[in-house]
Amino acid sequence: MIDDSLVQPGDAVHPGKPVIVDRYGPGARINHWITATSLILLALSGLALFHPSLFFLTALFGGGQVTRTIHPWIGVVLFISFFVFFFQLWRANLWVRNDFVWLSRFTDIIKQNEDRLPELGKYNAGQKFIFWSMTGLILVLIVSGIGIWDQYFGEATAIETKRYAMLVHAIAAVLIICVFILHVYAGIWTRGTLRAMTRGSVTGGWAWRHHRKWLRALASQRKAGPAE
Amino acid sequence: MMDSPRTAISNPPVQPMESNLTERDLVRRSATSSLPPPERQLTPVAKLIDVSKCIGCKACQSACVEWNDTDPAVGENVGYYTNPNDLTPDMFTLMRFTEWVNPETDNLEWLIRKDGCMHCADPGCLKACPAPGAIVQYSNGIVDFVHENCIGCGYCVKGCPFNIPRISKVDHKAYKCTLCSDRVAVGQGPACAKACPTKAIVFGTKEDMKKHAEERITDLKSRGYKNAGLYDPPGVNGTHVMYVLHHNDKPHIYADLPDNPHISRVVETWKGVTKYVGLAFMGLAAAGSVLHGVIGKPNRVSEEDEEHAEKLVERNGRGAG
Repeated sequence: MIDDSLVQPGDAVHPGKPVIVDRYGPGARINHWITATSLILLALSGLALFHPSLFFLTALFGGGQVTRTIHPWIGVVLFISFFVFFFQLWRANLWVRNDFVWLSRFTDIIKQNEDRLPELGKYNAGQKFIFWSMTGLILVLIVSGIGIWDQYFGEATAIETKRYAMLVHAIAAVLIICVFILHVYAGIWTRGTLRAMTRGSVTGGWAWRHHRKWLRALASQRKAGPAE
Repeated sequence: MMDSPRTAISNPPVQPMESNLTERDLVRRSATSSLPPPERQLTPVAKLIDVSKCIGCKACQSACVEWNDTDPAVGENVGYYTNPNDLTPDMFTLMRFTEWVNPETDNLEWLIRKDGCMHCADPGCLKACPAPGAIVQYSNGIVDFVHENCIGCGYCVKGCPFNIPRISKVDHKAYKCTLCSDRVAVGQGPACAKACPTKAIVFGTKEDMKKHAEERITDLKSRGYKNAGLYDPPGVNGTHVMYVLHHNDKPHIYADLPDNPHISRVVETWKGVTKYVGLAFMGLAAAGSVLHGVIGKPNRVSEEDEEHAEKLVERNGRGAG
């Protein structure tokens, strides 16, 4: 049996110089980029209505009326694509004790003292934080968003409810944009990560350095797995 | 030269008059931080609605439809006189009828209140509006929607303490009473005031209207309405549509007229601290990332890491062989 929290369907190692480790299949990658595109478009169209100094961003969408019309629909796309992703990844993102140990050595993470950090599965605590905060915030955003989607649900909620929904939507949006920035930056700072979402694979060295437990599990799975 | 009409009764001025509600007369403009101060101060105007003189004829509604050339759908009778049932994008003003039993006298009182935009001195709609120039306030106090700038988001609906703006399902723009800004600009009073047969609706400078209200209140008090008073709520810094109420101690009996209207604290928080702190948060996150990216050392995979991985896979591969 493959341990779901450690190794996911499609993960595999290929020997060579360097070792290549499959991390995301084509479906997951396409879905990831749909989610990413939606989130960026939502941030741009949402920011345009959030602060007057950013209203000019409505021009990207063809004006204020169009921005107002499509923003909620992009939200629906994001919601669906993210939750397809969610059900593929959630097990590997369950919190384990080592995540606390890893987090408590925050300065070692920043100083890149990888040898002082515990061995990790497919995701570290930072990635899990991104995953769960995205999950929570997207739920808050879709619910509050429907509450203020007046074109179709205008009569469904009272004005006082809409006021709270508006405030909650704005705050959640600010937070998700910060989480998004963190996500993108972590992917750039940790060199060799981006290719997981482009080519779908990482090098063995990357897996050794950042997700050694995952790499060990994959390597031993090769040993125990069916003959190739 | 007079800058604003002093009454709604008089006929249009015979001398041609320069339209005076222009961009130069704006004191507030939605989603605009640097609005040049107006070049002149127009005399503040107001509409005074004396509910004690209203006979519920709906001439004001008809005049409003007529002047604004809206075309409200034929309504449905839902069991009371109010028709249509609510304000709509095509019905900017509405007589709201309430049957109220006065507990002190046990008399049934038929309260009729002409509902519509109050033209707040501190307009919640304008504060909430994200579209530059979609809502404006003139120096004479009129709050107006500029439809070509409206994006139909409905934020004004959330900002309004009186539940007035309505979003059209046809062109997705917000509509409400304009205080007949297009008439006032050329020296005429609002259509509703002009049409009112009992002069329950009067129009003029805000100062004159307050004086007129005083006379009416004195008269009402002499007739036993000891709580008669002027509804010019301070929570929104006063309004440019005011009511004379015979029961000014309890405005809510007039079809839920708010007792103490003010811009919702939730809206204030959303449009105030959230906007500035939020922008700062996102800016810091972005700037911090860029800064760390420039001065920080990237986390690179080393040659040793690759060799370790190769050895690990090789070891396991041999074991399987």
